[in-house]
Amino acid sequence: MSDSMTIQLNGEERSVSAQSLSALVAELGLEQRMIAIELNLEVVPRSQYGETPLKVGDRIELVHMIGGG
Amino acid sequence: MSDIFKVGTYTFNSRLIVGSGKYKDFQTTKDATEASEAEMITVAVRRVNITDPGKENLLDYIDPKKYTILPNTAGCFNAEDAVRTLRLAREAGGWDLVKLEVLGDTETLYPNVVETIKAAETLVAEGFQVMVYTNDDPIVARTLEEVGCVAVMPLGNPIGSGRGLANPFNIRVIKQRANVPIVVDAGIGTASDAAKAMELGVDAALINTAIAEANDECLMATAMRDAVRAGRSAYLAGRMPKRAFANASSPTEGYIWD
Repeated sequence: MSDSMTIQLNGEERSVSAQSLSALVAELGLEQRMIAIELNLEVVPRSQYGETPLKVGDRIELVHMIGGG
Repeated sequence: MSDIFKVGTYTFNSRLIVGSGKYKDFQTTKDATEASEAEMITVAVRRVNITDPGKENLLDYIDPKKYTILPNTAGCFNAEDAVRTLRLAREAGGWDLVKLEVLGDTETLYPNVVETIKAAETLVAEGFQVMVYTNDDPIVARTLEEVGCVAVMPLGNPIGSGRGLANPFNIRVIKQRANVPIVVDAGIGTASDAAKAMELGVDAALINTAIAEANDECLMATAMRDAVRAGRSAYLAGRMPKRAFANASSPTEGYIWD
């Protein structure tokens, strides 16, 4: 279960050991941040991160708010 | 006097909406936003920098409990990307009041109204309260209202140009025919531009670059605050007619030489 896998994270290939979205968020240290995740073009509600497994080749967009007009 | 700005299910005392882009740092963003006394502030949605995910964030300085956060779709050039962006924003912060802008090209940043209308239809159907950036075109403005947008936001001039209102007549026509709030978005360069926009009767002004690129951001924020208030008051007060010739301010009888 500890094998790492390659996913597409924010447009770049990345090898992660996380097996779920919640583990990925923890791996990145973003648990306390106001973020949102799109998995293969579908937004995943935060409440479902724990039960959402990561699969090889998943395309993930992980976003937050920045300054803008 | 109570003069509440209502948009969708939201109400505000301030008719100035500010942006959070282009500031030199977060502290200045915070200080200028406070100085503006705005209650609504736009933000952009972007990828987290995965190589440095823990660094400080805009929302560490702009408290979403204190301000109504208005996520935008800046940088989107088609309806699909705009819808995806706002779905993410709603998940991130629970925000349903959003600023839709779908751009046509990078040089003018003029809206692509076809894609804008398409995105607005989808977002309205999904329960978003859409404030929509568009051209100063009264026909498109009406279409966006009919689609269900809660506010229509015609540009005064291109984004970041600071050239004031290119076509005040169209802005007035848009306002006179609208049943939803009209917000002048983009083009305001200095306080008099904001006041003139409000004197046309529009409901609010959205200002970013004019404040963020001022030498003294906080002072310009207060200038914009005052200009929006002054313009609004002048509109409500009802201005005097313009005359071709002079009209004496002092009585024209009782002269000592009569």
